[in-house]
Amino acid sequence: MAKVTFNEDRCKGCGLCVTACPKKIVQLSNRMNSKGYHPAEITNQEACIGCASCAIMCPDTVITVQMK
Amino acid sequence: MDFKKTKGLTDAPLHYCPGCTHGIIHRLVAESLEELGVLDRTVGVASVGCSVFTYNYFNCDMVQAAHGRAPAVATGIKRARPDDIVFTYQGDGDLAAIGTAETVHSAARNENITIIFVNNAIYGMTGGQMAPTTLPNQITQTSPYGRDVTVVGYPVKVCEMLSQVDGASYVERVAVNNVKNIMKAKKAIKKAFQNQIEGKGFSLIEVLSTCPTNWGKSPADAIKWLDENMATYYPLGVYKDKEATKND
Amino acid sequence: MAEKILMKGNEALAEAAITAGCRHYFGYPITPQTEVAAYMAKRMPKIGGTFLQAESEVAAINMVLGAAAAGVRSMTSSSSPGISLKSEGISYMAGCEVPALIVNVERGGPGLGGIQPSQSDYFQATKGGGHGDYHLIVLAPASVQEMYSLTIKGFELADNYRVPTMILTDGTIGQMMEPVSLDAVEVKQFDKPWAACGQRGRDHRNIINSLSLSPEELEQWNLNRYARYKVIEEKEQMYEEYMMDDAEICIVAFGIAARVSKNAIVEARKKGLKVGMIRPITLWPFPTKALKAAAEKCKAFISVELSMGQMIDDVKLAIDCKKPVYLCNRTGGVIVSSNEVVAKIEEVSKM
Repeated sequence: MAKVTFNEDRCKGCGLCVTACPKKIVQLSNRMNSKGYHPAEITNQEACIGCASCAIMCPDTVITVQMK
Repeated sequence: MDFKKTKGLTDAPLHYCPGCTHGIIHRLVAESLEELGVLDRTVGVASVGCSVFTYNYFNCDMVQAAHGRAPAVATGIKRARPDDIVFTYQGDGDLAAIGTAETVHSAARNENITIIFVNNAIYGMTGGQMAPTTLPNQITQTSPYGRDVTVVGYPVKVCEMLSQVDGASYVERVAVNNVKNIMKAKKAIKKAFQNQIEGKGFSLIEVLSTCPTNWGKSPADAIKWLDENMATYYPLGVYKDKEATKND
Repeated sequence: MAEKILMKGNEALAEAAITAGCRHYFGYPITPQTEVAAYMAKRMPKIGGTFLQAESEVAAINMVLGAAAAGVRSMTSSSSPGISLKSEGISYMAGCEVPALIVNVERGGPGLGGIQPSQSDYFQATKGGGHGDYHLIVLAPASVQEMYSLTIKGFELADNYRVPTMILTDGTIGQMMEPVSLDAVEVKQFDKPWAACGQRGRDHRNIINSLSLSPEELEQWNLNRYARYKVIEEKEQMYEEYMMDDAEICIVAFGIAARVSKNAIVEARKKGLKVGMIRPITLWPFPTKALKAAAEKCKAFISVELSMGQMIDDVKLAIDCKKPVYLCNRTGGVIVSSNEVVAKIEEVSKM
């Protein structure tokens, strides 16, 4: 079981994490962050396999992955 | 796997455009320095171009160099402080156009430094002009009809060129367009620093990188364009590894 | 009495740099400064130092910047066209406040010019040379002994003020042989807590940088540096006065032109002409105080230069144009003769 957290205010909404996720559980939210970007979010935490592909692909080190 | 931000990066938010893969390369360099335990004795050399502000991001002492001169500045630092780990972080305009002489001759001297060369086939900071590595027919602000090789010549293939320089120890081209390639890039960058720690001399890692803004593509399309166009013109792989040759 | 040995100017300069603790020399061949590089190439490996012949003057000055940024005493030497190439790096060094020694053994210009002695890089040396708001400290030796002493002084001034310092000399002083006393002078060393040499437990990162995209910040950096320049102008003006006690005509000349002028003054005095000389040793800061004082008692000034007349502007500025300033010059690598200077003195005395 893995926990993925996004440092939302640092996210630029580029979406590279979305394409990197093998489980297709990362998406850009409808919200806007303080910079005016739509930050990435995880849609189904339970389905996360903790591969950290999203974090590896993220240019802004927004994502933290913790294995439980 | 656990994943958290490396101590090799400061807390400053990166100024790069959304989806620009400079940030990934920054992380790989910073992680390598942290994992090798050398952050505390590292001096980085920032260059001119999009990476001009790297002194704000790498969590170590930094010197800002003039356009193209980073390898000369790094040479001075390394000669003055041989126990320091010294690296440059340069773009294609900086390293392969105005700084060609400094690049080639620091390789020829087998200067014990590490060069991270970010090739995104365009001048990003100035707004998308033709770079020495712009592909044939690629449209940029200063090649609006596509790079015409009969007029402005061909792109410079840095790794291929340096592979012919006797002094160079380790030259590899990697890309950061997918997770697998990023892992490979990390391995190469870490090895380039390990080489320096072991006194093996000049290492240069060319990293194929995207510029969604100036390529006029979405971040995802830019990744695809890199894969289909850049990686075919600039094949990935090890171009020189003195150590490996020795063991053959 | 200290023992004296016969040395070339360029070699005395190189030996002085080593005495000053400089162990990092980066250069590129060009006439007429070659002896400096050759001397360093021989000496540095024997004392654990670095001599590196770079791929260009541009690379050499940036190597100096790197070594100096890492906190060691470092230097380069070149001649006029080479200094033009180094000017970019010198501007960066001034901007990021990295102290080092730059030697210009001048030759005639512009362009490739010639290889004979000249002083036509005065503007370049004293007014900046590269882009932006900055000065170098500029020292002008007039003897082989001064090539030695001013080189050591140059490193001290550079480190003390974090200002790159230039030795501005010429092919004659560089190539001439004279007896020199290499006395073990006490060389001042300075702590460099700002150096980018690896944190090693330091609680902050050191960043050597000349870039700011905030105009207000960049303005402040320049103001801070100019405040330091003001202190330098106040405290570091160096000059020699020669037969100035009763002088009615004051020659202003530096380097080789000052040596020629000394002979001319002796000859002119034989003819009953009351002439003396102020020889600037620091070209920047220019010895304005001494010139201002001279303007109170002298009726005219003659600027003797190996250029089309560059320092003459600073002479006029120093004395607020209160007295006439005349020019006695040769250029292109021709050295002004004692007779020409005497003739000028006679001409001015009749005005």
